Amino acid sequence: MNERPMMLSSVNRQGLTPRRVQQLGYGLLRLISLITVLPIFLVVVYIVVRGVPSIDWEFLTAMPREGMRAGGILPAIIGTVYLTLGTAVFAVPLGVAAGVYIAEYAADNAWTRLIRIAIINLAGIPSVVYGLFGFGLFVIFLGFGTSILAASLTLAIMTLPVIISTTEEALRSVPQSFRVVSISLGATRWQTIWRVVLPQALPGILTGVILGLERAAGETAPILFTGAAFFLPRLPQSPLDATMALPYHIFVISTQVPGMPVQIQFGTVLVLLVFVLGMNLVATLIRSRARARREW
Amino acid sequence: MTRQTKQTAPQQDRLVTLLIRLSGYSSILLVTLIFIFLMKEGLPALADVGIGELFTDRWYPIEGYFGILPLISGSLIVTLGAMLVSVPLGVGTAIYLSEVAPSSTREVVKPLVEVLAGLPSVVLGFLGIIAAAPLLRRLLDLPTGLTAFAGALLLGLIAIPTIVSIAEDALNTVPAAYRQAALAVGATPWQTIWGVTLPAARSGVLTAVMLGMGRALGETMAVMMVTGNAPTLPHGLDALFMPVRTMTATIASEMGEVATGSAHYQVLFLIGIVLFLFSLVVNVLASSVSFRQRKRAERLLS
Repeated sequence: MNERPMMLSSVNRQGLTPRRVQQLGYGLLRLISLITVLPIFLVVVYIVVRGVPSIDWEFLTAMPREGMRAGGILPAIIGTVYLTLGTAVFAVPLGVAAGVYIAEYAADNAWTRLIRIAIINLAGIPSVVYGLFGFGLFVIFLGFGTSILAASLTLAIMTLPVIISTTEEALRSVPQSFRVVSISLGATRWQTIWRVVLPQALPGILTGVILGLERAAGETAPILFTGAAFFLPRLPQSPLDATMALPYHIFVISTQVPGMPVQIQFGTVLVLLVFVLGMNLVATLIRSRARARREW
Repeated sequence: MTRQTKQTAPQQDRLVTLLIRLSGYSSILLVTLIFIFLMKEGLPALADVGIGELFTDRWYPIEGYFGILPLISGSLIVTLGAMLVSVPLGVGTAIYLSEVAPSSTREVVKPLVEVLAGLPSVVLGFLGIIAAAPLLRRLLDLPTGLTAFAGALLLGLIAIPTIVSIAEDALNTVPAAYRQAALAVGATPWQTIWGVTLPAARSGVLTAVMLGMGRALGETMAVMMVTGNAPTLPHGLDALFMPVRTMTATIASEMGEVATGSAHYQVLFLIGIVLFLFSLVVNVLASSVSFRQRKRAERLLS
């Protein structure tokens, strides 16, 4: 009976009852979702299928040979690990502290709104603009040169908004009663945050940190002019050395080196994919385990 | 307790609070620093090259032609093309996830969308070169597959996760009472989605679309790899099937070769300023839209 008013007008013309419209609509939504998801699935499968035959011990642990057309990609792997760790060193303490400030200390005033706007803007700045900024500030102005240090700092600033927002969200999800009880037992505000609130929020914060670092590990544009090297005959020796890195290496071997064997391209892409999706998986596991265990 | 080297709790509290407060304000400092550095390196271009010269249609830096119009139009073509792909797909998927899909399907679709969000753009660019471009060239019978169209398709894919997650959030925050009321007066679930839930979430969905656009506009590597790197001003609609060059790709591909402080260097930073201002506008607009939406929801529910 709930179909009566609409039916009168539409059934005469088309035989389109609201029920039929709903079926069509749902079908369309299913189709759209399938079109969205299918390429993602295909991309991952395609890279795995084409990349796996290239992976062997030498590929992962040897230096490149013959103009990078043979041998391994060790320096690119090591470089990406260095850059990711370097990013973590700068971004995690600052980002978590900023998240704590916003969630636990900040008053609801104009300054806090300004901080929020700043974070939103940091998150929206194009990655290549971070590269320009990193070049201007770290490479030239502070004199770090194109180096792991300059690239890590650039990536860290880019990663900051993700870490700040997820930290804030994780802290806000801890029930207020935890804080009230701790303070009422005589703990100071900081003791309450450090011993009670942060441990409870840790899985959420970790998830955000890993997702942020995942993005940093896969980025090319911010390191183009701040730390990435086309080719280096040896591994970087200090934070002031430039480094090869997996994303930049993929760019190089797919556009800059003629006659590049396809196996090496797919192998390198697969290694980066495993690196990045591995971090994604760890983050997902931490999140779902924490949800299952949560006592509140 | 005679040797009081250890700080007392309140002292420790004050010090830590200060550090945390400083960290909290760091993002304001950073945005300001980024803006100052872009201005410091880029603004001299207005004097050295001249505003009139900048807004011409010839980008050929080696001979001193610094017209940025082809680059701006390249970015706009690719971004708008990307939105034609990602808005229907992204918003549709968000509606499906939030209103229709059984939770078992959701558990599959959501992680896949997250995987897409995590895929480095250089990986998609590589696949664009090796698989998508040759395919497009044959299908559309073009001289090259590396065109604005290929870039728009890839960018559309890249913008989807942003749109899906924010639009889904927006739909999820529509109070259940709205849906129940619509169903109770006899609307079908589809009529409820179309007539009630989606309109109620429209400002959030708009935010999602704008942030997706910001994401597409700022994307660099994938676009640089598949759009064919041709900084020419488009004439007419077939521009979509010709090579273009975006603002981001220009910075990325030329910054490595310029002499620090040269006119070319300054203009690249100036393009950086343009991109920065674009993203500033998009993000401030997007956040003010969602802010107003929250206010309205509070008013309605109180």
